[in-house]
Order: sequence, then C-alpha cells, then structure tokens
Amino acid sequence: MLIRNRPDIVPSEITSRQVYEGRRAFVRNLGRAAFAAAVPAVPAWAQPGPKLAGVKASTYSTIEKPTPYKDVTTYNNFYEFGTDKGDPVQYAKTLKARPWSVVVEGAVKKPRTFAIEDLLKLAGMEERVYRMRCVEGWSMVIPWTGYPLAELIRQVEPAGNAKFVEFITLADKAQMPGLHVPALAWPYVEGLRMDEAMHPLTLLTFGVYGELLPNQNGAPVRLAVPWKYGFKSGKSIVKIRFTEQMPQTSWNRAAPQEYGFYSNVNPAVDHPRWSQATERRIGEDGFFQKKRQTLPFNGYADQVASLYAGMDLKKLF
Amino acid sequence: MSLRQPSPATIGRVKAILFVVSLLPLVRLVAGAFTDALGTNPLELITRSTGTWTLVFLCITLALTPARKLSGWHWLARYRRMFGLFAFFYAACHFTTFVWFDHFFDVAAIWKDVLKRPFVTVGFAALLLLVPLAITSTNGMMRRLGARRWQALHRSVHLIAILGVLHYWWLVKRDLTQPALYALVVVTLLGVRLYWRHLGRKAAAI
Repeated sequence: MLIRNRPDIVPSEITSRQVYEGRRAFVRNLGRAAFAAAVPAVPAWAQPGPKLAGVKASTYSTIEKPTPYKDVTTYNNFYEFGTDKGDPVQYAKTLKARPWSVVVEGAVKKPRTFAIEDLLKLAGMEERVYRMRCVEGWSMVIPWTGYPLAELIRQVEPAGNAKFVEFITLADKAQMPGLHVPALAWPYVEGLRMDEAMHPLTLLTFGVYGELLPNQNGAPVRLAVPWKYGFKSGKSIVKIRFTEQMPQTSWNRAAPQEYGFYSNVNPAVDHPRWSQATERRIGEDGFFQKKRQTLPFNGYADQVASLYAGMDLKKLF
Repeated sequence: MSLRQPSPATIGRVKAILFVVSLLPLVRLVAGAFTDALGTNPLELITRSTGTWTLVFLCITLALTPARKLSGWHWLARYRRMFGLFAFFYAACHFTTFVWFDHFFDVAAIWKDVLKRPFVTVGFAALLLLVPLAITSTNGMMRRLGARRWQALHRSVHLIAILGVLHYWWLVKRDLTQPALYALVVVTLLGVRLYWRHLGRKAAAI
C-alpha cells in the first residue's frame, strides 16, 4: 500500500536560500556600511541562479532533510569536467547552457528538436525531493525541479518497436575540459527501459533548490531517476533516442562486470569492489555514527519493484 | 658545514624539523575535523589522505638509499627509520579509519571485506607486513637479529610498496592517473635497485 504524506509547502521555501546564505554577508555589510564599502564576497556556489516560477509540491517528495545546497552543488561526479568531485564546480563555468536544444529521435512518430525554452514550458513544474544514492556509497537528499519524462515522451509518440530510451550528454571539448582524458567513452550515454522512462518517478529535471540547475549539476536539463545509482541520471542532455535495442551505456562499456544496464540501488548485490549494503548521508552522518542501511530500490520499492517482477536482479544488476 | 658531512648537531636539528613536518598531514586532518574544514565528505577525505600519505612515506623511505648512493650524502640514511615509521603510522591511521568509519568496529564485516575484496586484501596484507618491520626498527632489535637477518626481513618493504600501489590501483573507479604516478615512482625506485644489483653481480664475475 502506498502511504503518502502530502507536504503543505515546498521544502525549499521554508527558508529562502538567498536569505539564509546571505546571513553572514548581511552582518558583514552592516560593519562595512560604516566605511561605505559594502561589497559582499559571495563564493561561486552561493550565487543564486534564476528562480523557477510556478513550481508545485509533489506527493513523491520524501520528508527527509534535504542535503545543504552547498554540498549538492560542490560535490559532484561529472567526469566531463574532471574525475575529482571538486572539479565540476571549478571547471563547469565554461559550459554554455544557452542556447540549448534537445534532439528527440529514433523510434518515434513525431521526432522533434526542442529548444530549451520550449522544454521548460512543456509541462507544469514540480518540486521533487528525492534520495540520491551514489554507487560509491554515499547519498544525498535533493530537491529537484522538473516534470515527469513521460510528459515529453507522450508528445513525440513512441513507435511500437521503441523498447528503450537512450540519453546522450553533450560532448564538446571546448566547453568540457574533462573530455581530453579518456576516462569514459564520450559522449556519455545512459539509458532506461521504456517502462522505466515512463514511470512517474522519472523526472526530466531543470532545477535544484527551486533554481535553474547550476552547470556542475547538469545544466540545463538532466534526468533524476531516484531508485537507480546516480550515474544512471544523465546530465546536460542533448539527445534522447528511442531504440529497439538495449543502449550501450558508458559505464557498462567501461566495466561491464561492475556496472549493469539496470543499476537499480540494491544492497544485496555488491559492487565487485565494494559493498552496497550501507551508505553515508552527506552532511548528516558524522564520525560517531554507523553507516546507514541502503534500502532496495533506494527506498522506492513500493513504487517501482513491480517493474522488475520475475527478473533475477542478482544477474540483471 | 658541508652537505657531504654535516655535523651531528645539524643532522639532529634537520631530523627534528622533518619529524614535525611529517606530522603536518595528521595535524591538518585533526584540525580540519574540529573546524569542519574537510569538505563535503570528511570521512572519505580522511581515508584517502591517510592512505596517500602512507604511500608518500613509503616512497620517501625507498628513495633514501638511491639518493644516498647517487649524491654521496651518507647521512641521509639516518632518516630512513623515521620515515619508515611514519609510513607505518599513517598506515595504522588509514586502517583505523577503515575499522572505525567504514565498518564501525564490526569485526565480522571487516573480516568479510578483507577476504572478499582484492583491494582490501592486498592493503591488509601490506599493513600486516609492516608490523614486524616497525617492531624490529629499534637498535636493540637490530642487534638481536643480526645485520644480515635484519636486512633480509626489512627487504619485505619492497613487496609492501608494490602491494600498497596495487591497493590504490584496484580501488580507483576510472581515472588511474594518481595510482599510475605512485606506480611509476615505486617501479623506478625498485628498478634502480635491480639495476645496481645486476651491475654488482657483473663486477663480481669479472
């Protein structure tokens, strides 16, 4: 049975981030005012992006405490900007999120190229506070903004032979310095089975914390698939392709024995080199705490376990 | 004062400075832990940092003999024990983070990890091999064992360095640049030794 607690207000509105993050600058400026020189030094991550308007709260949101904005936007895996988790915030400034368009092609009746402005207006925006579990054993709680990918899929009318959806990330060396290192096969490719892509939890994501996505989080458009390991949610998407064959994803090509196509969060299936039974929640779990248990499908089993009925998830990891 | 033959007082003073400098990585971690300055994932940073510094001190220890031979500064050998013990010290810190932060003293889980995951297995083996070296690092133990046996035992540091690099190599997800750098250093330092041994054998054969 699904028990949903409907949140009354969008969590990110409880305390406006600008007000919260600006508190030190505010105090500092009071002092500086005496010298008539009020220039607050705000670090790059704290510069607020444009707000998304008309965002509704969602029943799919968790009531867990969101991970601080600073952690969400400075600790990223986005290999196109370097393999260190501090690299994206540092080097993603060169990414040009405008103009941007997303090509939708393949086994669809109405293939189309969407300008990002049109995508933003395609359906009503919702805030979805999702758990995010990284394959490396850490997790966050992130308030994403977007709408179900299903809304877009319905517009292009998939053909009968469309079994999978492939998501391709931008690969432009001029904008992405990490591409010079052959860490993965570029462009970054991810994929979902059709029913996974149509699932209401699968979010086409444009914002985080009520603002447009910062570059390092996959601007201007990315996926958020909360029951799968983080790498399944492609960032800075330029192409969505409907296929009959299972897509060859970048991580699967790099190490097939370590990263399967499905990559559902599963504490019972260890990564060959480390355990997936537990995780550390960023910004919450301290030195004197045992790591928390990882839940099957990252705690979304009620909603998604039925998609995999009859499948041996130890083999199809 | 000459670099070839510094006075005992100078050697002692330099040693004291090196001792303090070698403690700085630990000081940084402890201070950072108390001031919340270790980034988003402090426990991962501590684990990585202690592991990296173990490798650094292993490399320094292994570099002293070639450096001494090449430069003729024989006093460099006076710092070998200290750096070797720092390698052991940071390895012990690294192991503590594994036992504490990763497994929270769950012995069964730790043991399972050691047996099941090759990168943990080699890392644990390297740590075990370091223990007898640390124990027999004193002058008294050196005397008791005798120079020949002591030296034979302490040659295992070559294997330890290889295991240490392997531990790092197998742990990295994709970008092997960092482990490759350590591998290069260790291979060079061990290669130099092999080369010299080869030269020595040739000279003896003549």
